[in-house]
Amino acid sequence: MKLTGAQILVQMIKSQGVDTIFGYPGGATIDIHDELDRHDDLRHILVRHEQGAVHAADAYARAHKTVGVALVTSGPGATNTVTGIASAHSDSIPMVVFTGQVPTGLIGNDAFQEVDIVGITRPCTKHNYLVKDPKKLACTIQEAFHIAQSGRPGPVLVDLPKDIIQAQIEFNMPEPTRMRSYKPNYKPNKKQMSKAVEMLKSARRPVMLGGGGIISSQASEEFTKIAKLANIPVTGTLMGLGSYPGSDDNWLGMLGMHGTYRANMSIGHSDLILAAGVRFDDRVTGNIEKFAPQAQIIQIDIDPTSIHKNIEVHCPIVGDCKMALADILDLMEKESPADFQQDREAWLDRINEWKQTTPLKYDQGYDTIKPQYVVEKLYEVTEGKAIVSTEVGQNQMWAAQYYHFDEPNHFITSGGLGVMGFGLPAAIGAKAARPDKLVVNIAGDGSIQMNIQELMTAIASDLDVKIVILNNRFLGMVRQWQELFYDKAYASTDLEKAPDFVKLAEAYGAKGFKCDDPANVTETLKTGLNTPGTVIMEFIVEREESVYPMVPAGGAITDMLLV
Amino acid sequence: MEINRYLLSILVDNEPGVLSRIVGLFSGRGFNIDSLSVAKTTDPNVSVITMVTYCDIHIIEQIKKQLHKLINVITVNDLTEKKYVERQLALIKVHAKTEKRAEIMRIVDIFRSKIVDVGHAHFTIEISGDSGKIEAFTSLMQPMGIVEIASTGAIALGRENGKK
Repeated sequence: MKLTGAQILVQMIKSQGVDTIFGYPGGATIDIHDELDRHDDLRHILVRHEQGAVHAADAYARAHKTVGVALVTSGPGATNTVTGIASAHSDSIPMVVFTGQVPTGLIGNDAFQEVDIVGITRPCTKHNYLVKDPKKLACTIQEAFHIAQSGRPGPVLVDLPKDIIQAQIEFNMPEPTRMRSYKPNYKPNKKQMSKAVEMLKSARRPVMLGGGGIISSQASEEFTKIAKLANIPVTGTLMGLGSYPGSDDNWLGMLGMHGTYRANMSIGHSDLILAAGVRFDDRVTGNIEKFAPQAQIIQIDIDPTSIHKNIEVHCPIVGDCKMALADILDLMEKESPADFQQDREAWLDRINEWKQTTPLKYDQGYDTIKPQYVVEKLYEVTEGKAIVSTEVGQNQMWAAQYYHFDEPNHFITSGGLGVMGFGLPAAIGAKAARPDKLVVNIAGDGSIQMNIQELMTAIASDLDVKIVILNNRFLGMVRQWQELFYDKAYASTDLEKAPDFVKLAEAYGAKGFKCDDPANVTETLKTGLNTPGTVIMEFIVEREESVYPMVPAGGAITDMLLV
Repeated sequence: MEINRYLLSILVDNEPGVLSRIVGLFSGRGFNIDSLSVAKTTDPNVSVITMVTYCDIHIIEQIKKQLHKLINVITVNDLTEKKYVERQLALIKVHAKTEKRAEIMRIVDIFRSKIVDVGHAHFTIEISGDSGKIEAFTSLMQPMGIVEIASTGAIALGRENGKK
């Protein structure tokens, strides 16, 4: 059977179990969009900017637990995806980005809307392809999906010249992908796991640390069971929030620069860390020399480059988090739980004391709304069940501190790259993946303006998202650094001149609510969340509120600024 | 930490852009490439890249793991962990003044190298060997007046029973 390149592309995407793609057409991809229009079972969501398409695909991948797909045109369409691709690369999110390209005969001629996107995205994709032979189209697409979701997941870009898309070729479903040069190792080493179990047994002050790898390998259940069996307190990285129930007594809160006091102190005083799916980013470790000085570290990761990169590890386990944790759990279950809990009371008491003396705190008076209060009330009103996306900066940290995630895949944030403008398109992508869920974007007044055009996407595609803007009329996180380390010289961070967000919502056809009184926060949230359609809830908050605790850059994580 | 010389033999898919991925990995992560050579193998789908880098043991571990992570890399072989034969080829053009000609020819002889081009003013000498030999030869030629040097990167193969 002869098909066009465009038809093959659509067939192949559908064969991957993907039901939604995010895109924006252009000259190089007209044929693909023309073909997509004939397929009711593959929904195309028209974004308003290509960056939005990629962030939406990223969030779709996280909420749907499949591969996210974005489709954009050549040249500027392709370059606009770079930030989103780099973010997905940092956060190990499975994604395939299709870019249009000028016809093969014109490549290299500086043609209209030509750019070497394969060259540009080489360092920020897991892998990328330029398809030059229509016969290789189908197997390349299959390979792209295979690479994106296997091993340590990541974004893959496939560049599609217009003549390849238009070519008529014989189509057969390709054989399952087998690559000589790419065989990710899932199976962890048995000896190492026995060693880990012995280490867990002899630990007196253990802590478990969960990262994004637990969420992407869907290992939360095993991770939680180990913690329960051995009665070990648990912390997590930003990407790991939801890997362990946030409302559980043994949950310490987030670790790192804006982690809780007790999480940082626990790591600092632990004698054993069981770390799974983390890469010991500098925002988590602070000063590496002073990170967990007394601890033996067990690290489970599918990517060998994550091990010994920043931190010396005593028991490395290379493999899939879920498989490794399941095997460790099996080994532990063969022994008495008491063997794993020696002196545990003393350790838990000490942690509890840190919790009592130095909890997360803020002071909500009668006059001005505190941003933390809004997030705390949002948690209460939504009963902790919403999917929450964030922008980047203070809003992100307050969301991480005050919204307690009980389940994985409910907190969607740009962790590694820290992309402002991520949250709104991400909320749209999450809503497309989980229409049954309430999806809330916690935003700052700065970052919401970075991809505000996607408000139209949400409305036009009936993807209802609720946007909570914590409006402090500042680029708050940079302002906070200026307050602490630059003598309060607020250079280029004042956003006093701002749009009227309520009117802005109305201009797009959304509903807008504004609140500046602490007494009305809960009511505004209830009204906004219960209003059908896409809604902006703008909260005028304390201008110079800072995120605490805080570890100054380069400091030890146990050396925290508390207020 | 102690800086050592490492010699890696990397088998890769013979595809466009692969070299760029490897070089990009080094520049992007601040690793250093001392020399690089790329050639075909007996399998037309596979190329071999031989690379020399100077770094500490911590960095070389990262380099090897990061290289291996590239989709097009099939194997990464650290020859410095084994016994190996290494060669490099250099062409050296030197001033050949009358009074120096005999001496240059003697040194060429001692090093078992060859004069491959003779002119009124210059000799061009071909020399192969490991990097130490080539450095030694170059330093002897320095006083004669080196005009130009062209040199390949190192290439190497592990020895039979090559365990160190």
